[in-house]
Amino acid sequence: MSEKEWNIEGVREIVQGLKDKPGALLPILHAIQDNLGYVPPESVPLIASELNLSRAEVHGVISFYHYFRETPPGRNTIYVCRAEACQAMGSDALEAHAKQRLGIDYHENTSDGQFSLEPVYCLGNCACSPSIMVGKDVHGRVSPERFDEIIEATKAKP
Amino acid sequence: MIKVYVPRDSSALGLGAEQVAEALQAEASRREARITLVRNGSRGLYWLEPMVEIETPAGRVAYGPVRPSDVASLFDAGFLEGKPHALSQGLTAEIAYLKNQERLTFARVGITDPVSLEDYVAHAGYRGLRRALTLEPSVIVDEVTESGLRGRGGAAFPTGIKWRTVLNAPSEQKYIVCNADEGDSGTFSDRMVMECDPFVLIEGMTIAGLAVGATQGYIYLRCEYPHAHVALNEAIAAAEQGGYLGDDLLGTGKSFRLEVRLGAGAYVCGEETSLLESLEGKRGLVRYKPPLPAIEGLFGKPTVINNVISLASVPIILDKGGAFYRDFGMGRSRGTLPIQLAGNLKHPGLVEKAFGVTLREILYDFGGGSASGRPIRAVQVGGPLGAYLPESQFDTPLDYEAFAALWAVLGHGGVVAFDDTIDMSKMARYGMEFCAEESCGKCTPCRIGSTRGVEVIDKIRAGEDRDRNVALLRDLSDTMLAGSLCALGGMTPYPVLSALNHFPEDFGVSAAE
Repeated sequence: MSEKEWNIEGVREIVQGLKDKPGALLPILHAIQDNLGYVPPESVPLIASELNLSRAEVHGVISFYHYFRETPPGRNTIYVCRAEACQAMGSDALEAHAKQRLGIDYHENTSDGQFSLEPVYCLGNCACSPSIMVGKDVHGRVSPERFDEIIEATKAKP
Repeated sequence: MIKVYVPRDSSALGLGAEQVAEALQAEASRREARITLVRNGSRGLYWLEPMVEIETPAGRVAYGPVRPSDVASLFDAGFLEGKPHALSQGLTAEIAYLKNQERLTFARVGITDPVSLEDYVAHAGYRGLRRALTLEPSVIVDEVTESGLRGRGGAAFPTGIKWRTVLNAPSEQKYIVCNADEGDSGTFSDRMVMECDPFVLIEGMTIAGLAVGATQGYIYLRCEYPHAHVALNEAIAAAEQGGYLGDDLLGTGKSFRLEVRLGAGAYVCGEETSLLESLEGKRGLVRYKPPLPAIEGLFGKPTVINNVISLASVPIILDKGGAFYRDFGMGRSRGTLPIQLAGNLKHPGLVEKAFGVTLREILYDFGGGSASGRPIRAVQVGGPLGAYLPESQFDTPLDYEAFAALWAVLGHGGVVAFDDTIDMSKMARYGMEFCAEESCGKCTPCRIGSTRGVEVIDKIRAGEDRDRNVALLRDLSDTMLAGSLCALGGMTPYPVLSALNHFPEDFGVSAAE
């Protein structure tokens, strides 16, 4: 998704399609991020003027929420759960393994652009800990070996 | 045609349910076996997922945990006739874990196809709404009050009283908001309802709308739940199609519309006023109360804001009457609680029981003890803001007041078990770290206190001026408890101080305090 070209007209179309909803800003930001993988900072003035908000207000919302990002992610985003139920089943070791295997820390992309790594606080998969999510796919009972299999399978996907 | 059930629940999918479904389909066509594959919800017996069920004349028979490589041998063994196999669990309804539950809110979960309206109606669905449509709003509220239902999100405020306040608030426009921002670690009952029986939530919200005079509902769903999002939208579309949502509910001329809105990864948005800010398209900053959301809520209008489980418990209350529901439970905790067993347990899963069952029964009779085989040392109940309980408190009944008496909370019913390898000072540090990460920043005790809390615990862990720093941590916790605007800062001291009080040896301090 990171390679996807974005243009201001595409963003304008999204904003205009949703701006009449009550409380439209979050749906708009989601739609932009769903399409582009992130919310380009250059789109902030447009969103602000369409919603009659200040740029600071729009930026304030984007920066408040962990999920929204202003830089392109890798082709796949891997979320590692850091919450207590996963900690009870060894997520600390999984977290360390993930960082070492990918060679990056949280909020970074691998140099080949394949992966981003993000922490997440609970995926609701607590009966099958430890958990990760790749894109929108949750994986349970993830051992370091299983993590490597998932990474390889994800890479192999077209 | 033999019905074969493979769950579409996200935890089951995360263990390979999709691959199992594909393998079953492929093997069936290879053998020319005539099967109908139904994608049901999960029964909540997660150590058995992916759990495949077969419909037989004697009832549904379960096999699990099934891997794609088991499929051929299941066919060889004659599993389509319910015959034995190494993975056999027998009749699903007879599995002790399920049989010993009281499933009211979860009555259909795992049984039906979650997005089939037909299935929902065939399993007692929409009876509550049909009855509600014949009642005066005030009578609906009375029924909910009578049931004794208290908010299942964690605050345990009586639902009927909240509804009464909104009913009595004069306004052209009112709203029903479902708090589906289930961010507490160790909880997944909201997710299961939304993925495995979304109609029950939709029905509950529709009844709430009729009860207070609201025509618009929003489900504020955390974005970490993409499968729930899909299931809810499919179910809403089916309900609209069937006349159960829209401008003419079942031909009565009454109206209720529903929309799902996605959160964006902020834990604090599970706090009701922060959630309302977020729904309005703003930063999720907590609001001062009063005014209560029931008086000035979403877009300044009277708003019912309830947790998923509270709303999903309403249909059965309207169907069977408030007294039926109230007759379960103990003390002032009426009805049932969907308990979520997570962490280091042999049999993690969903256990819906009447209030009054003890923590020990839940951990051992249902949970089967620790997964690692080591002693269970600590249990966190009620999410990241819940206290840690030591073994000496395991005989406490699950009851709001009994937990409050221990300076603990039931919260949303999440139970996370840790074995004796856990370092409780590390968990206390994590409690503060989580608060710092998720604080909305509006009030100082939470915003600054959590960061200072991490630093102080680091010093204690490093053995630096221990007594003074422990005193400082207690003082800081006191400030957070008394001075925070919402439960995030105000309850972070629960895990922190309970860890310190019950497990002082992990902090290098003596028990005497």
